Amino acid sequence: MARNVSIRRKLVVTALAWAIGLLIFFPILWTIITSFKTEGDAIALPPKFLFFDWTLENYGIVQERSDYLKFAMNSVMLALGSTFFALVIAIPSAWAMAFAPGKRTKDLLMWMLSTKMMPPVGALIPIYLIFRDFGLLDTRGGIITVLMLLNLPIIIWMLYTYFKEIPGEILEASRMDGASLGKELLYVLTPMAIPGIASTLLLNIILAWNEAFWTLALTTKDAAPLTQFIASYSSPEGLFWAKLSAASTMAIAPILVLGWFAQKQLVRGLTFGAVK
Amino acid sequence: MATQQTRTLGKLAVSPSVFALLMWMIVPLSMTIYFSFLRYNLLDPNPICSLLTPGALLDAENRCLAGFTNYSYFLTDPAFFKAMGNSLKLVGWVLAISVAGGTLLALLLDQAFYGRGFVRIMMIAPFLVMPTVSALVWKNMMMNPVSGFLAYLFKLVGLQPIDWFAHFPMTAVVIMVSWQWVPFATLILLTSLQSLDEEQKEAAEMDGTPPLSYFWYIVLPHLIRPMTVVILIQTIFLLNVFAEIYVTGTGGRAGNLPFLVYQYGLIANDIGGASAGGIIAVILANIVAFFLMRMIGKNLDA
Amino acid sequence: MKPVLTGVFGAFMFAALASTAIAETKLTIATVNNGDMIRMQGLTDDFTKANPDISLEWVTLEENVLREKVTTDIAAKGGQFDVLTIGTYEVPIWGKKGWLVPLTEVDDPADLLPAIAGGLTVDGKLMAAPFYGESSMVMYRKDLMEKAGLTMPDAPTWEFIGQAARAMTDKPAEVYGVCLRGKAGWGENMAFLTAASNSFGARWFDENWKPQFDQPEWKATLDFYLSLMADAGPPGASSNGFNENLALFNSGKCGMWIDATVAASFVTGKESTVADKVGFALAPDNGLGKRGNWLWAWSLAIPAGTQKNDAAQKFVSWATSKHYTELVAEKEGWANVPPGTRTSLYANPEYAKVPFAKMTLDSINSADPTKPTVKPVPYVGVQFVAIPEFAGIATTVGQIFSSALAGEKTADEALAEAQTAATREMTRAGYIK
Repeated sequence: MARNVSIRRKLVVTALAWAIGLLIFFPILWTIITSFKTEGDAIALPPKFLFFDWTLENYGIVQERSDYLKFAMNSVMLALGSTFFALVIAIPSAWAMAFAPGKRTKDLLMWMLSTKMMPPVGALIPIYLIFRDFGLLDTRGGIITVLMLLNLPIIIWMLYTYFKEIPGEILEASRMDGASLGKELLYVLTPMAIPGIASTLLLNIILAWNEAFWTLALTTKDAAPLTQFIASYSSPEGLFWAKLSAASTMAIAPILVLGWFAQKQLVRGLTFGAVK
Repeated sequence: MATQQTRTLGKLAVSPSVFALLMWMIVPLSMTIYFSFLRYNLLDPNPICSLLTPGALLDAENRCLAGFTNYSYFLTDPAFFKAMGNSLKLVGWVLAISVAGGTLLALLLDQAFYGRGFVRIMMIAPFLVMPTVSALVWKNMMMNPVSGFLAYLFKLVGLQPIDWFAHFPMTAVVIMVSWQWVPFATLILLTSLQSLDEEQKEAAEMDGTPPLSYFWYIVLPHLIRPMTVVILIQTIFLLNVFAEIYVTGTGGRAGNLPFLVYQYGLIANDIGGASAGGIIAVILANIVAFFLMRMIGKNLDA
Repeated sequence: MKPVLTGVFGAFMFAALASTAIAETKLTIATVNNGDMIRMQGLTDDFTKANPDISLEWVTLEENVLREKVTTDIAAKGGQFDVLTIGTYEVPIWGKKGWLVPLTEVDDPADLLPAIAGGLTVDGKLMAAPFYGESSMVMYRKDLMEKAGLTMPDAPTWEFIGQAARAMTDKPAEVYGVCLRGKAGWGENMAFLTAASNSFGARWFDENWKPQFDQPEWKATLDFYLSLMADAGPPGASSNGFNENLALFNSGKCGMWIDATVAASFVTGKESTVADKVGFALAPDNGLGKRGNWLWAWSLAIPAGTQKNDAAQKFVSWATSKHYTELVAEKEGWANVPPGTRTSLYANPEYAKVPFAKMTLDSINSADPTKPTVKPVPYVGVQFVAIPEFAGIATTVGQIFSSALAGEKTADEALAEAQTAATREMTRAGYIK
């Protein structure tokens, strides 16, 4: 992607991009800063940016009160588990829809998306009763299943879109070269699809991590993820901004870190070097 | 291009997903439909039916069958039309902002500049935050009219701080939801931008094409398909926005359809009414999706 | 070799049997994330030392989320919780349905404050033990009252409050005469307004369950509230709940604040900039015989059908016992003891030293949930109506009144809307024939 861009233009764009980036990021930055303040400082105006008594007391209080690690581990297991199982059945489906489309493929896709149209609260009691009768309440397996089903349509859609971008000629070429279907899948398709699969995988981890309705409704303590951890800091009686900021930072930090390391995967689609 | 062999294989490959989603859809959906025809209050599961609807039929657990009364009750609720309007307003505004904003940001991020990695993660970050956390942060630390950061900025320039949730609840919710979804649109559009044929870019530059025409005739058509995907996926999520409205307590004025269903189900404990509301919401969402597909669905084909 | 193996095997079996003998009962406790409950979580070593066979697992949530989870669980018989924290609204309703287990091991039940215990008893049996109780009262700035040349009586009238509020208001200096709840919710603005309406002679329903928003008493209440807030209230009041008003009061912006008695420990605590300038008075009245204060107690209850009744009863009695009160006093001082539950607490000379103790007790004692209003009513509950439908109706009405406060409708429009909404729901629920 080497283009000769003038240094001046690069600097202008840099300034603009950083300004906008900071603007967008500001609420999160502010939360992180506030998590190191005392409650009194947290509501003080004018707001203090750097020169205040930095303290770790909020993190201490939060850690004492709630078992952060348990919640975090649950979040991790739920996010990874549901993503893994979803990918297992989504990849074949998306492949089929992209490369072997039938007459009804479009309708099938729309139908899949339509399973997400019910406001979750409308189906709460039916699901609750089913879970109760099958002993699935407050189990990780139960929630993993729910999260998987919730996000399956999105995953299939995203994979479908990425797969469709792969030019059919490549597969034709490989077939003409005598490759069997299996080889076609493994050696030709998969490498080209990896970026798409990776970014879908990451997207799903994010969606599962942040899902707040079913995780609150169907878990109590054993399977409770970070969404429930946050619900115990949301509006108690008394001043709570600093503690809330600390809890929020702890809840979103893992995903932010993951996003930082995986951002190339998140934005990279397919490169079309192969066509040339 | 697909041979008979691949077609059968295709059907086989799709079937696990179809089966799973079918179960997920049918079982709760049919139960919800069933409940929507019952008088079922969670706190009063077996009301004395004869008092309420004389001569009513009873089901296996002694709950009254209520015909269509749940539906008519939900639809004649004065809050219903308002909620429906808010649902559509919310979706419309956030879509507009995220597609427009996402395109601009994607174009920006596609450029070469220093510290791209940092800026990229900063712009994507809002999408990574839990909606409940985002709502809490915006409600308390940004938009609080006395001690919030925005209030401070207003006071700095001598203006009266805006009380967001009292006077502009819908706007506040739109801002919060857009903040979270613009990164999503940016991501998808950026991914697509980066797959724009390098050769075309260089050819356009060598030809001296003005940037605006370049954008309009080359970039935009390339982006139509990802924009369609963004619009479709976001519409599905945005129709069911809940956390932001719930946390900020704007349910009275900016409440959308899911919030109304929540009020019925978890506050009033009227499961019959909430189920009817849920079914109505599904029907409305399907109508919206139908029109959406009509308008932009063709862009999905290669 | 053999004797060694047998020995190891024997030891193993012994250990296995021994551990089943001291099988641990795990109690799952659902609580609110308020200061007193959190304090209790920090002190549970005291309980587990005395009861080594019981372990405690806490589920701490914000009030609304907690209520929803617990209600869903108990109504759908999910069995997720062994001990519940519920309020005086749920106890009569759930107790009547037989969803709660009568408490048998409560420490000295006769010592519980009658007003509170009355709200928690169904058919003569105590269904929940109060953990802390509250009423509402006036908290005011002594310095601002002095500046306005007024003295606050111990039992003010609404008229006096209105006068004092307007006198203390100095909007350019960001000082507002009175801060009141305006946030929509049946436990938020409606708690305050319902309690206030009692003192104006209003009631939610008449004996035939017909809503009374079209009556002059409710009009008087709402008119007074709206004009008072317009003249002397802070901006953005329509989204202010307990925490927002607390922040305002603590930063010196309110002349008076009428809210829960538990706020007293916050406004005189270390996070308040006006801690030494606060006075207390009873909630106002209009001379009609009822004052504008409410009554609430967060209480511990045990769901029916639980397998862990014995352990749960032990825990409930520990958490609400006199011993627990002394434990907190010893570790964190008398001002932090859970208030409003026992007569013995208020008879204690140590506790009497706490500045707001007496006013809290007087406030609690002046509220009678069995006869909350001036005119007769078919329900119990001071700032709520103990019927299942109340939460839904009051949420709607709360939204209507909150938008009136935000200036989106007039008082008359709001009352008409409230009347329609309430009548609609009561007809559907079968109360109105």
